[in-house]
Amino acid sequence: MRREAPQKLTDYAPLAFPAGMLIVFFVVPFATMIAVSFFRRDPAGFYSPDFVFDNYARFLSLFFGKVLGFSLFLAVAVAICCVVIALPFTYLLSRTKRRTQVLWLVALLSVLSLSEVIIGFAWSTLFSRTAGITNLLVMLGIMSEPIALNPSFGAVLTAMVYQALPYTVLVLYPALVRLDPTLTEAARTLGASPLKAFFTVVVPALRNTVVATLIMVFIFALGSYLLPQILGRPQHWTLSVLITDQAIYQSNMPFAAAMAVFLVLVTLGLVALTVYAGRKGEAA
Amino acid sequence: MGDILKTTVSRRAVLGAGVAGASLLAMPAILRAQDKSLKVGVYGGYFKDSFDKNIFEDFTKATGIAVESVAEPTGEAWLVQLEQAAKAGQAPADVSMMSQVAMLKGQSTELWAPLDMGNIPNGSNLIDHFVNKYPDGRIAGIGAVAWYITLVTNTDVYKEAPTSWAALWDPANADKLGLLALVSNSFLLEVTAKTHFGGTNALDTEEGLLKAFEKLAEVKPNVRLWYRDEAQFEQSLKSGEIPMGQYYHDVTGLAAKDGQPVRSTFPKEGGIMDSGCWALSRASQKTEEAHAFINYMCQPAIQATLSRKVGTAPTVKRDLLDLTAEEFAAVSSDIEPIIPRYDLYTSKADWLNQKWTEMIAG
Repeated sequence: MRREAPQKLTDYAPLAFPAGMLIVFFVVPFATMIAVSFFRRDPAGFYSPDFVFDNYARFLSLFFGKVLGFSLFLAVAVAICCVVIALPFTYLLSRTKRRTQVLWLVALLSVLSLSEVIIGFAWSTLFSRTAGITNLLVMLGIMSEPIALNPSFGAVLTAMVYQALPYTVLVLYPALVRLDPTLTEAARTLGASPLKAFFTVVVPALRNTVVATLIMVFIFALGSYLLPQILGRPQHWTLSVLITDQAIYQSNMPFAAAMAVFLVLVTLGLVALTVYAGRKGEAA
Repeated sequence: MGDILKTTVSRRAVLGAGVAGASLLAMPAILRAQDKSLKVGVYGGYFKDSFDKNIFEDFTKATGIAVESVAEPTGEAWLVQLEQAAKAGQAPADVSMMSQVAMLKGQSTELWAPLDMGNIPNGSNLIDHFVNKYPDGRIAGIGAVAWYITLVTNTDVYKEAPTSWAALWDPANADKLGLLALVSNSFLLEVTAKTHFGGTNALDTEEGLLKAFEKLAEVKPNVRLWYRDEAQFEQSLKSGEIPMGQYYHDVTGLAAKDGQPVRSTFPKEGGIMDSGCWALSRASQKTEEAHAFINYMCQPAIQATLSRKVGTAPTVKRDLLDLTAEEFAAVSSDIEPIIPRYDLYTSKADWLNQKWTEMIAG
């Protein structure tokens, strides 16, 4: 079947529904947020419509720069950890029997049914001194006494990777299942070890998928605000935590909106940069 | 309801109708209640349920004013709604229970209708600081309920109860504390001022505030958890994971009664006393009913009921109450409380928030 470019105006009609949805559920709320970010804050009351840059000016400080930097770093770390774990896992999974695959996928999907709150509290119990996993290590004689593993950066990272891993696998799975098995077979016939075949044939063949997955997990992790609060110290709080504080506890909507707009812009910028770099690398 | 009665005209239904009929005869107040009514806003959930069960019904019986209770969201969302409705001449609730910071913010826009103490004779029972006034002396609100935040400990870890807030600074308590995460709900600046600088007046100037921040920063190495979610700290306190911190006196008492190894102590500098006010929206048409309601709530007997049934600290003077020493200790203390500097959270809200966030996260 040959695809033809739309000729008449009515050929574009099917686009109307998604476009309408996008306008109602994305463009309008986002435009409202941008508008509010320029409103004037009244500390004794709420805010009034205006056009001021105060909210952005307050954000441009070393303190918020550091928080933004940490948030981006955390999201990148989560994305890399997820892909590093999920890629070999999904590759091996795609080579197993159909029944095994279905079982694993159902198990992973069930993790998605857990809310962020449950994941946070479960990990905080697992990492606790009184009831956590270090008690098991003490029983096995590996450690002398139980210790608390949270709050710490490791605890935040672990829980966030746990939360994002099912998505990562689900995004990688279709691409890996469709991957032509003769590619690796050819590599093996030519004398490459399974490990070498994986890294020199499978990974490069999936380059675009991997980049897309990294971006997806990165954006997913950037929005997290509960896990850093439950499992981290204040220096591990992300920008999303501070946005929540401003919006809900300080009723400073203009500042919260300004921070959110800033976060979205930085994110879009980084994603654009990644895609651009990917294109360039492909051309070379 | 009608369907249920129609389909099962059972013994239960007949009995129910009988009871309803009898109570109509016995309580003419309910008949009159139809033409007099009042919408009262209280925090949704536990508070609203307790008030519906223990207070509003009796109030209707006593005065003939029917109460429609409205569940308020916590935080300042309710203030925003009241404010916007008042601009349109509407009152989603006539009388609302408001936090002290919300009272001050509402004052700045004249949201609260001034109350006439002449129509609230029981107002003289109140402890003075529970009368919320406009700067020019008009009455903006009347203390509804109060509660304490105290120094709490796990009894397995701390055999001896601490006696002073100074325990927060003790290097022996490294990595053992759970404290509230926000400047405007932890009131730790006030605690610092009272413990180390002689009183909350030390916070009058920016200089004094900075000194308090500096002193408070010294507790950071002792803090394991800065919590926003109460359940998170309560669980850790019970298990001994985080054996000391600041928490609500009433809830800790209930947990101790359940056999949990926790205790709440009023430090010698006093517990932190936070409270809610009854305030009347300027858009309300029910001024007379509202005064009757507030007057009713200021009775010592009602305050005692609240203490027993809801667990709040009374807003009327101790000697007017018939609470036993034990009942009083369960909700309050004779030690002079630390009263938060609510004025700072409106006049310097953003500055304080910024300094605070930089202090704990920096």
